[in-house]
Amino acid sequence: MILEIAAADVAPGRADVLAQIGIPEGAVVSAHIERLYAAAAELFAEHVAPAGVLADIGVAEFAEVYRGEGRNEPSSPVAEILGRAEHLALFVVTLGEGISQALQRCFAAEDVALAYTLDAMASVAADGAADLAERRYDGVLRGVGWTTPDGAVLRYSPGYCGWDVTGQRKLFAFLRPERIGLSLTESCLMQPLKSVSGVMIAGPRAIHRFRPTYDFCDRCEARTCRDRLRALFTHEHA
Amino acid sequence: MTVLAEIADAVIQGDGPRVAPLTKQAIAAGIPPKEILDDGLIAGMTVVGDRFRVHEIFLPDVLLAAKAMYAGMDELKPLLVRDGIPSLGKVVIGSVRGDLHDIGKNLVGIMLKGAGFEVVDLGHDVAPERMVQAAREGGATVIGMSALLTTTMPAMREVVELLRVQGQGGTIRTIVGGAPVTEAFAREIGADAYGFDAGNAVDVVKTLVGGR
Repeated sequence: MILEIAAADVAPGRADVLAQIGIPEGAVVSAHIERLYAAAAELFAEHVAPAGVLADIGVAEFAEVYRGEGRNEPSSPVAEILGRAEHLALFVVTLGEGISQALQRCFAAEDVALAYTLDAMASVAADGAADLAERRYDGVLRGVGWTTPDGAVLRYSPGYCGWDVTGQRKLFAFLRPERIGLSLTESCLMQPLKSVSGVMIAGPRAIHRFRPTYDFCDRCEARTCRDRLRALFTHEHA
Repeated sequence: MTVLAEIADAVIQGDGPRVAPLTKQAIAAGIPPKEILDDGLIAGMTVVGDRFRVHEIFLPDVLLAAKAMYAGMDELKPLLVRDGIPSLGKVVIGSVRGDLHDIGKNLVGIMLKGAGFEVVDLGHDVAPERMVQAAREGGATVIGMSALLTTTMPAMREVVELLRVQGQGGTIRTIVGGAPVTEAFAREIGADAYGFDAGNAVDVVKTLVGGR
């Protein structure tokens, strides 16, 4: 299914954007940054055109997509969680080409500070779009009677947590997101750049819990898994 | 306030439109270009760098200051060339083959320029051969490589290897960076250095150039 996403649905929060820029909560922000933020927000609102594709997939079929080109790490969270998943869906969301072009124009005009601020805003928004897709999928499942106690949906993306980025090719072949203007480069990079793809895994919340002690965890600089797991299990106790 | 102090202040404030006329004023007053550079523009950027390090200001402020510094450099550059005053060094930068991400590389570029380096930005998706050729032909002493994808990181090794094969390993130094790149990876591929962010990359390039 095509995901209809309104621009307002992905408008990023100020604190999140400032954090992405490296400005901690509560820090005093200069008038320059205030002006940049306002200008970036204006460009963002003008050019963002979010859209997405979401498609259910069976475990066996996903296992084939996940296998990709055989370059995944020998063991990974997704491979272990897969057997305990109750529902799966592949997804991709994008903010559209307009944002990428606006960024290029900022760079061409040597307005790097504005480009950097807009880039941060778009990165936060792209994650927000993926969060939204996650919530929509959760809603769809509950609408068709998914009643697993303490059930939760969490997403995993090629290029992270042992899933090699070349897995994008089979994921794209399944989703056909060219319908919303997305394509892959030779190096499996999504175009437009501000896009997120992956699998959503629904099941008891506990299946998503893993310790970041895989071989590749030592080489990982992102460590975003920790924040996502923390958010998932904080919500559990909220 | 002297005109040089005013230039420094305008750089600190990220006020490019003020830096250009002040620089012209300093040139017209007969102040040697190198003095305008060191005691005006670079003095301002040094304060900016110090404030950034202690989190008094943030990266967008630094980028604005660097852009303001360019405004002065545009005025000074022909005079510095005329007087035979070299830049801190020439650095070739690029996102490696297959990688279309360039925000990090662009930030490094602007920070290097702000620090007084001459920067040749080859853009993104740059083949190893092109990086090495650009550095050799342009007389660069450092190649800075950026990657945001694990799949494109091996191209960094190719650049290092190409330099070694061409006997340039000791002449042209390499620094690598980008989200998935680590210091361990830099060591593994034989790169001379690793920069964990744009500010750090500038410090590291200074060390690479100074340590020659």
